[in-house]
Amino acid sequence: MRTLSSFGPANRSARSEETHPMTWRLRDDGQPVWLEEYQQKNGYAAARKALLDMAAADIVSTVKDSGLKGRGGAGFPTGVKWSLMPADESQNIRYLLCNADEMEPNTWKDRLLMEQLPHLLIEGMLISARALKAYRGYIFLRGEYVDAARNLNRAIAEARAAGLLGGNILGSGFDFELFVHTGAGRYICGEETALINSLEGRRANPRAKPPFPASVGVWGKPTCVNNVETLCNVPAIVGNGVEWYTSLARPDSGDHGTKLMGFSGKVKNPGIWELPLGISARELFEDYAGGMRDGYALKCWQPGGAGTGFLLPEHLEASMYSGGIAKVGTRMGTGLALAVDHTVNMVSLLRNMEEFFARESCGWCTPCRDGLPWSVKTLRALEGGRGSAEDLEILARLVEFLGPGKTFCAHAPGAVEPLGSAIKYFREEFEAGIDPAAGRGRPKAEFVQA
Amino acid sequence: MSNLIKTDRFVLSDAERAAIEEEMHHYEDPRAASIEALKIVQQARGWVPDGAADAIGEILGIPASDVEGVATFYSQIFRQPVGRHIIRVCDSMTCFIGGHESVLDGIRTTLGIEPGQTTADNRFTLLPVCCLGNCDKAPALMIDDDTFGNVTADSVAALLEDYP
Amino acid sequence: MATIHVDGKQYEVDGADNLLQACLSLGLDVPYFCWHPALGSVGACRQCAVKQYSDENDTRGRLVMSCMTPATDNSWISIDDEEAKAFRASVIEWLMINHPHDCPVCEEGGHCHLQDMTVMTGHNQRRYRFSKRTHVNQDLGPFIAHEMNRCIACYRCVRYYKDYAGGTDLGVFGAHDEVYFGRVEDGVLESEFSGNLTEVCPTGVFTDKTHSERYNRKWDMQFAPSICHGCSAGCNISPGERYGEIRRIENRFNGSVNHYFLCDRGRFGYGYVNRKDRPQRPLLQRSRLSMGIDAALDQAAGLLNRQRILGIGSPRASLESNFALRELVGAEDFYSGMAREELANVNAIRELIQHGPLPTASIRDIENHDAVFVLGEDLTQTAARIALALRQSARGKATEIAEAAGIQSWHQAAVQNIAQGALNPVFIASVDSTRLDDIAAEAVRAAPADLARLGFAVAHAIDPSAPAVDGLEADARELAGRIAEALLAARRPLLVSGASLGSRSLIDAAANIAQALKNRGKDASISMVVPEANSMGLSIMLADEPGDRSVEAALDAVVEGRYDALVILENDLYRRADSQLVDAALAAAKVVIVVDHQQTPTADKAHLLLPASSFAEGDGTLVSLEGRAQRFFQVFEPGYYNPDVLIREGWRWLHALRHTLLGKPVDWTSLDQVTAACAAVHPRLAGITEAAPDASFRIKGQKLARAPHRYSGRTAMRANISVHEPRQPQDPDSPFAFSMEGYSGAGQDRQQIPFAWSPGWNSPQAWNKFQDEVGGHLRAGDPGVRLLDGARMDVDWAQPPAAFAPAAGTWQVVPLYHLFGSEENSARAEPIQQRMPQPYVALAEAEAQRLGVTDGAMLALSLGDRQLQLPARISSELPLGVIGLPVGLPGIPPLTAASVATGIKEATR
Ligand SMILES: Cc1cc2nc3c(=O)[nH]c(=O)nc-3n(C[C@H](O)[C@H](O)[C@H](O)COP(=O)(O)O)c2cc1C
Ligand code: SF4
Ligand code: FES
Repeated sequence: MRTLSSFGPANRSARSEETHPMTWRLRDDGQPVWLEEYQQKNGYAAARKALLDMAAADIVSTVKDSGLKGRGGAGFPTGVKWSLMPADESQNIRYLLCNADEMEPNTWKDRLLMEQLPHLLIEGMLISARALKAYRGYIFLRGEYVDAARNLNRAIAEARAAGLLGGNILGSGFDFELFVHTGAGRYICGEETALINSLEGRRANPRAKPPFPASVGVWGKPTCVNNVETLCNVPAIVGNGVEWYTSLARPDSGDHGTKLMGFSGKVKNPGIWELPLGISARELFEDYAGGMRDGYALKCWQPGGAGTGFLLPEHLEASMYSGGIAKVGTRMGTGLALAVDHTVNMVSLLRNMEEFFARESCGWCTPCRDGLPWSVKTLRALEGGRGSAEDLEILARLVEFLGPGKTFCAHAPGAVEPLGSAIKYFREEFEAGIDPAAGRGRPKAEFVQA
Repeated sequence: MSNLIKTDRFVLSDAERAAIEEEMHHYEDPRAASIEALKIVQQARGWVPDGAADAIGEILGIPASDVEGVATFYSQIFRQPVGRHIIRVCDSMTCFIGGHESVLDGIRTTLGIEPGQTTADNRFTLLPVCCLGNCDKAPALMIDDDTFGNVTADSVAALLEDYP
Repeated sequence: MATIHVDGKQYEVDGADNLLQACLSLGLDVPYFCWHPALGSVGACRQCAVKQYSDENDTRGRLVMSCMTPATDNSWISIDDEEAKAFRASVIEWLMINHPHDCPVCEEGGHCHLQDMTVMTGHNQRRYRFSKRTHVNQDLGPFIAHEMNRCIACYRCVRYYKDYAGGTDLGVFGAHDEVYFGRVEDGVLESEFSGNLTEVCPTGVFTDKTHSERYNRKWDMQFAPSICHGCSAGCNISPGERYGEIRRIENRFNGSVNHYFLCDRGRFGYGYVNRKDRPQRPLLQRSRLSMGIDAALDQAAGLLNRQRILGIGSPRASLESNFALRELVGAEDFYSGMAREELANVNAIRELIQHGPLPTASIRDIENHDAVFVLGEDLTQTAARIALALRQSARGKATEIAEAAGIQSWHQAAVQNIAQGALNPVFIASVDSTRLDDIAAEAVRAAPADLARLGFAVAHAIDPSAPAVDGLEADARELAGRIAEALLAARRPLLVSGASLGSRSLIDAAANIAQALKNRGKDASISMVVPEANSMGLSIMLADEPGDRSVEAALDAVVEGRYDALVILENDLYRRADSQLVDAALAAAKVVIVVDHQQTPTADKAHLLLPASSFAEGDGTLVSLEGRAQRFFQVFEPGYYNPDVLIREGWRWLHALRHTLLGKPVDWTSLDQVTAACAAVHPRLAGITEAAPDASFRIKGQKLARAPHRYSGRTAMRANISVHEPRQPQDPDSPFAFSMEGYSGAGQDRQQIPFAWSPGWNSPQAWNKFQDEVGGHLRAGDPGVRLLDGARMDVDWAQPPAAFAPAAGTWQVVPLYHLFGSEENSARAEPIQQRMPQPYVALAEAEAQRLGVTDGAMLALSLGDRQLQLPARISSELPLGVIGLPVGLPGIPPLTAASVATGIKEATR
């Protein structure tokens, strides 16, 4: 007995080819779109155009001009990343990696695409590989996504049988092999350089940049890592052109195109939808997610995954694109928002979140490896009313010194961003956990266990 | 005590060996198959027994210490015996808000185990897991390869019945 | 060169460095953990953070890890910046979360980099109030103790052990704050270089287990600059003493030789110094009568008076002691103490490295060669430090690839990622498998004669005017072609060979290859391994003496009655020559006087045994395989703790004996006089007086301290003997004081450094403070002088030997070496004994099958008229027609290239 993830609202909302380049092909019944149906719905037309009618450099410049930004959380312009690949043709062994590790709490968009539209990802990778002159691609998929793995593998087999993967694809002379590589747990595998180490069969410690994967990636070769959703944007950009793509977002959006956005938590209608970048968070929250469930009030919200900061209800006016969210002090992240209701104690929530981040630290750099567990223990003490007077100071130090640029990778900064914002907006909840009897730095009888 | 010499040295089955060798072809370097090789062994035996690192290292041409380093890094490789079925309860923040504690309570009541433990009859092992990407249906859990959403303390008992 | 600005001051630095290296080289203190001069940067610990500004107008700046930031021209940084200081203090605070704070019971305490950095960053108050995670420790064998709770996860150990030293059995396990560094399961660390972990680890996870039972702090030991006597590589060591015992050996940095690393024989093989059965007083063996010095000298003089005396020197004794023996017996009657074949081979090697066509690479410089041919040596067993250096030659390829791609050589992870395990070519031709095979482009096995033929063929392939090898099989010819091609393609090819197989043809082959490379205009080098710590010195000393100066010649002369008396210096003749010959000579001599520091089988047969100093109680000069004369200095004065102990340097005994015989007072009262006399008599050794400063050397008018200034307990040290603290022993032989009084810092340049210490730097990382640039060379110059860089001359082509063809029913016996066991002195150390193999006879798999024996079966065989019974060790790589015997292990007779075994069969029980 098993239930299929229907991703209800995403499948049921009104969609069109013009306005929903990623999701218009979704079936209402939530079943995967296999090759025949995908091709009936204009599938692989963009690939045909890219492979037969476009030079690799043209694809790169098209994507660059489209302004597509990475959808994996960091929001780096995709075309720019692509153009970092070496111009030197003699470096002809190159790889395209699809980052399908999706393990960040409250992130569940790539799963939809891979389970229900596997060919869209394959087509996106095929076109991207052609642009990057990659001869081989890997989809680095988290191990728990068993349905996605099955569907992708079936779709790859279909594509291979149809001559859409393998040698001399569509008679273009371009060869491309694609494999699904499944992980074995660990959020850090989603960090693109840790992902490369993991793919190589090593411990998933990140790598120092520079050198960037574009010059030294998998097996020392030029490599491009893109998120599932990023790659799923590519067919429509190539198929419909830059002008069309840049018209998709709301006029005042600094970013182009559409984005899978969602809301979860105690909202009436949790789900994800493909929406134009630049829509207001309020629209997303009220019109799509339906606002809070009865009896629950919105206390705060997070715009895009565990690694983004908390915002107050008044910040719902912010528009959902990188610059819009930056204006209110945090990052767009994955664009999948979380509503925190009034029943939730922020100390407990942060304790839960830091447990996640501490557990998922790769253990390579000191601040993250040893600092995060300290935050967990401190939060547990505060949660249990056993905090000491200096605990907030200690947490503030951790927030400061585990921030961007100070740790080896972006994991720890992602861990402290929500903590910093929670303390900023809900300081009294943290202070409430301080036991005035707890002496400064002195071990207490209630020595808190790990 | 008997004078019997222990002979429970780990040996890969032919099927495991063949599967690992097949997997090696997907990569430029055999080392890349190390995680997959561990999963192959785990698939067959439920967990990765002592000695597997040597056997896998030998096929891949890498030191056993590297294989063990990988085996112990990743959370879904089990270096201890587990039950016939693995319950993975998402403990990330959305499920936390959605009430994953009550799901755990339901499992505690039904099976009498805490996260990290295995039932006495070896039927279930309960483990926490990172966000399962099922946040619209929090709280979520997986039993073996099946994912369930909107689980409650009451419904979880019924779910477990399908896994003998 | 680049100009950088640090806290407002301008400096010139090497722009190829990272900022951490640059700052440390300037003498600025930046704390660090994961970076190591030999291991490069990985940016893991975050301890080395500094503030970097985009230009002189930038006031905000941002934190960067100095180890991961290139020292580019016009960099602006601050070490003193408040945020940077606070961040670095936080890093220590985080590292201390799980650290047990067990300094009082931790054996790292007092030379701990973590302690130093903790003090340096000013973290001095614990705020963390929760429980600590704990780990289970492992038994890693007799050398290394393991205490994982102290780990700060800098990853240095695995990076050293795996990436640098090529070990496979140490790894990192687990994740997040549960990372664990150890073996997959308990067991002996397999690497022959495991001991360096004790210095690479910045805290007390890996400590010296041999030191553990008789432990004391670094500051409570006396040290001296010393030279390892374990092989001919000449590694520099700092032995530490307390209560008249060597307690441990630390690496002593010599930027031209061993730099940061030793092998495990050198580090853990010191136990022979502390043996209770050492000769400690002059002893008349027959009567078991021990006596004082004057009585002993009178006895000896009485025994030797009017006798015809023959002296046998030793390649494991200092030049000074050998020279004193030569003075005693006269140049004509002084013999080398080396076996005939060995002496001839060492002489040939000396000729080759002194005047041959190619220069000899220093061990450090070996690392800078990019193609290597190892001909006939099992380096890990015969000169282990060279094997470690060769790994770096091979790994040089990675640096080369990285640099071509614009990646700095210190950016270790990136270097490895781009290189994907690419190695410079190393070819290994040996009789059996070696522990370097894993880096070999190709490895072949053959009997010594066939190895030599391969070598000759390589020379011919490099330069066709070198003689060709008749009847060489096609595969060998092709291999020779590939080796020649790789050597010719290299920027700096290196040839490594040596005397360990006793084969003269191998040395001749090496000479031909050297000449061929020279003829082709290559910037090539050689390195030739000789058997013992002073084999080369002795060969130089005897270079101009006519006649056969071998042990056999000496023993024959005694047996023939040409001498009455035999004086043997630090030499166990039973390890050199056939035991029957030794027995006969010792029986024929009317007087046998042995001067040695060990109770050897030869010493057992002496009439009079005089207790010599080991390296720990005496000074002297050794010449290493590269012709580097290096001085070792006395670590402690044994008589201070026990006036009954009458150990004296060999040269002191022999000189006193000579003068007693002559009825004159002694002339030589200090080492410098002997060294100078030796240099005067032997022009080839003239350089040895420059090998170290003489005893008059002072810094700011002070002697150099042997002990750190915190040395404690001296007043009580002899309280069991007398409550009056005696005057410290005076040292006429060296510039060092047996005391913590004297100069001990790094401020003033000096080459001879007993222990590495500088204010704030108690750990071995203090070497930074003595170097011209971190990891480079000592500011005062690396110790030692090279004696053999003579005029380079062409050699005449040598001719290849005939192919190996054992007579039916015979097997050539080849020596197999063991780092643990084959060297006489270290084999007396208890921890080494735990790692020694049992004696065995190695034979090829096919031979074993033919004989119908399996591994471990007891075999009987004849070696001349000697019968041996040994368990079989079956080798899948040993060539047919040879058997291997482990050199130096109990019951294994001395071997020569002509040793032949017959009648191998399974022993009947
Ligand atoms: C700790 C951590 C986890 C990450 N996990 C993911 C992930 O699961 N999926 C993803 O696409 N990007 C993830 N990223 C971002 C990637 O490092 C990288 O920026 C992204 O894959 C690039 O693809 P894009 O440019 O197409 O967004 C993660 C980053 C960090 C620091
Ligand atoms: S911040 Fe450091 S320890 Fe944390 S995941 Fe990144 S590299 Fe690993
Ligand atoms: S020394 Fe620079 S990060 Fe460790």
